[in-house]
Amino acid sequence: MGTKNNSGSKIFCISGQVNKPCNVEEELGVPLKYLIQKYAGDVIGGWDNLLAIVPGGSSVPLLPKHVCEDVLMDFDSLKDSGSGLGTAGVIVINKQTNIVKFIARLSEFYKHESCGQCTPCREGTGWLMRMMDRVVDGDVSREEIDLLEEVTYQIEGHTICALGDAAAWPIQGLLKHFKNDIIKNIKKKSKVA
Amino acid sequence: MVEIFIDGKSFEVDDGITVIQACEQAGVEIPRFCYHEKLSIAGNCRMCLVEMENSAKPVASCAMPVAQGMKIKTNTEMVTKARKGVMEFLLINHPLDCPICDQGGECDLQDQAMAYGSGIGRYVEQKRAVKDKNLGPLIQTHMTRCIHCTRCIRYAEEVAGNDQLGALNRGEDTEITSFLEKSIDSEMSANVIDLCPVGALTSKPYEYVARPWELKKTQSIDVFDAVGSNIRMDSKGDKILRVLPRINEDINDEWISDKTRFAYDGLNFQRIDKFYIRSSNNKLKEGSEEDTIEIIKNKLLNTNKNNIASLIGNSIDCESIFSFKLLLDKIGALNYDCRQDESFFLPHERSSYIFNSRITGIDKSDLCVLIGTDIKKEAPVLSSRIRHRYLNYEKPYQIFRIGEQNKTIFKTIDLGINSKSLLKMKEKKFSDILSKSSNPIFIIGQGAMCAEDAESIFNFSLMIYNKHFKNNKWNGFNVLQNYSGRVGALDLCFFNKKNVLSKSFIKKIYDGKFDTLFLVSADELDFEKIPKKTYVVYFGHHGDRAVKRADLIVPISCFTEKEGIYVNLEGRPQISRQIKLPLPSVDDFSEFVRKIGSSLNIELNFKTFEDLRKLMFLQNPNLSKINEISDSKLTENKKIKNNFIVKEIKSPIKNYYMTDSVSRSSPVMSECSSNFFSK
Repeated sequence: MGTKNNSGSKIFCISGQVNKPCNVEEELGVPLKYLIQKYAGDVIGGWDNLLAIVPGGSSVPLLPKHVCEDVLMDFDSLKDSGSGLGTAGVIVINKQTNIVKFIARLSEFYKHESCGQCTPCREGTGWLMRMMDRVVDGDVSREEIDLLEEVTYQIEGHTICALGDAAAWPIQGLLKHFKNDIIKNIKKKSKVA
Repeated sequence: MVEIFIDGKSFEVDDGITVIQACEQAGVEIPRFCYHEKLSIAGNCRMCLVEMENSAKPVASCAMPVAQGMKIKTNTEMVTKARKGVMEFLLINHPLDCPICDQGGECDLQDQAMAYGSGIGRYVEQKRAVKDKNLGPLIQTHMTRCIHCTRCIRYAEEVAGNDQLGALNRGEDTEITSFLEKSIDSEMSANVIDLCPVGALTSKPYEYVARPWELKKTQSIDVFDAVGSNIRMDSKGDKILRVLPRINEDINDEWISDKTRFAYDGLNFQRIDKFYIRSSNNKLKEGSEEDTIEIIKNKLLNTNKNNIASLIGNSIDCESIFSFKLLLDKIGALNYDCRQDESFFLPHERSSYIFNSRITGIDKSDLCVLIGTDIKKEAPVLSSRIRHRYLNYEKPYQIFRIGEQNKTIFKTIDLGINSKSLLKMKEKKFSDILSKSSNPIFIIGQGAMCAEDAESIFNFSLMIYNKHFKNNKWNGFNVLQNYSGRVGALDLCFFNKKNVLSKSFIKKIYDGKFDTLFLVSADELDFEKIPKKTYVVYFGHHGDRAVKRADLIVPISCFTEKEGIYVNLEGRPQISRQIKLPLPSVDDFSEFVRKIGSSLNIELNFKTFEDLRKLMFLQNPNLSKINEISDSKLTENKKIKNNFIVKEIKSPIKNYYMTDSVSRSSPVMSECSSNFFSK
């Protein structure tokens, strides 16, 4: 059962904008699209209404729709496509969602959960949260978006536990796949101003 | 030993140390904030990150033990980036108020930001502000500056034995505070000032007083207790502004007690700067040096030598004692003593009054018996050392206690409050424990040595000790002295054997057996009891208890205004240095003694301080070995009948903050005393 080096089954927890959120035990390496359509009653508004999926719990980088089409749900395949299986908590996001606001909410969560013991996480999560709040409002410059990305790499790998990494990855995923939307958002704002 | 590679070079280092220590041995500097040699490892500041081969992430070098063949890189791009990143995170919520911060110029964060930081700030959001905490009269807080290294919490818990400091809340909102913002109730609290790598915890008395680069630094010795802690006194012009510890692993590690650190301001108050003569209407009148010498000369010539008594205080340096003894011996006024408390000791048997196991012996001991000592107040630094042993000994470290049951910073097994409870040591339960121990330490405090039945307590304890450990090379039978000048005075034999044996010297003074009484900074007597007919001459530097009774007052310089040798409780001679000049027209005591000598036409064989010291070394070769301890043999116990009295053995130190004329004159110490004793 499973794929090479990824044998056995896994309990997937599918939540977010699907018709039937559920917990399901399936073989490792099951295609993501199949998982959503077969068990969760497809994305609200149909598969074409899909924007992105967070495949492994809130801490892993999200995958845009085109990657979700054919990615397999196992450790190696997800790693190769720039995310991770993590806890297998699949969060489905459709096109009616403000993806930036979604990631900003995660940043707030990680800031709240930081224990404060080690420096990069204690100071960094708050910084990320404040910058993300401004990104939501479009109140940032292009340079600041690069700074935001740099700060995530400054936290990642430098902390005692994985909470620092977890705070950094969602933002890295967002910037990797939706940077253009963020930049568009700035321009819109600046025109109004 | 293991071989590790640091930046490509091979080094042989001890097994069991951490990477940061190995780098230190190899001469490679690793920046750090939370790591401290004397405290447990926290690994939370992340400043010491280094690259390790076969590890994707950089590792915290302070928390990583060395292993055979480990390859560490400290100068790669990964490391530089990590340091820069951590430094930026530390600075985003740290106020950039260095120009008005007391730590400026000696701040770890400032220095390391210069060396490893990026130079520009990119943080434009709101900065964190934290409410300052009240930690008592010694420690000033500026909690917005805190970088959460937790050194202070670990120090309080591990060394001071005080669990009042801790962290509240979590994440960004973490705050260091004491429980309910109470002042830290410890004699060792102020060491957190030195430990704090930033300006969050600073010295309250020294607040906004000076910048470190303006200060003259003099390495000296503490004289407020008998431990002889190594200190550095920082002065500017004619004033001592602060006292810091110097590292000496054999004595005080790198800690000093609060009194050592803050009582120095007493040197600026209540000073005696003139000669005073009590006139017939019982008022003190200013006199001249000539008149004073004339009066002393007449007293010495016209009083029967047996009716002259002399007492010296508790913190007098060896040279002063020696010069005074020279004079008194020449005159033949042999009723002199150095013990205002008449504490027990065996004349000419050094091991009966020193800490035989040495301070480092505590680190090797496997059992401790405290007899009549409140060690937390009498020698806070030693108390912390015992706590260190208590926490780190691989087996349970048992500490037995006989005497007053004061607060300690370790768990004790109490055998009883009076000397009769010593007899419990003979019981099988106890002797079984003793016979299992190979390196025990017995610590007999001044509470026991000043008790009426001191001789019995001493002999009985020694008997128990000798019974179990006689043939052992280990000498763990210790007497804990409380005063910095005491061991030196006893080494110089500043006592009259007859009076020591009869134990009635002080009583004789109170009974008016002496016509003239010389006191050298001796303030601990009950001056009301000295009869009117006794003529009291007081040599001193502070207008303390004795001046109310003294008939003639001679100003002398205090310990920071002269050089002098002090012998600590282990019997280790150390030199206390001159920090500043004496007050105008005030002489050193030995100089004044010489003047008295020459007025009497007595040749004292010294003209200068150097002569005096040479002469002292010649007659007491022990003292010439600075910082060395001469071996002493364990005393034989005498076979005497035990005369135990059923009375609580109490420590002579009631108020830790006020034990001598200097600390009683110190405003900071009196604030501490009212802060901690009013409750």
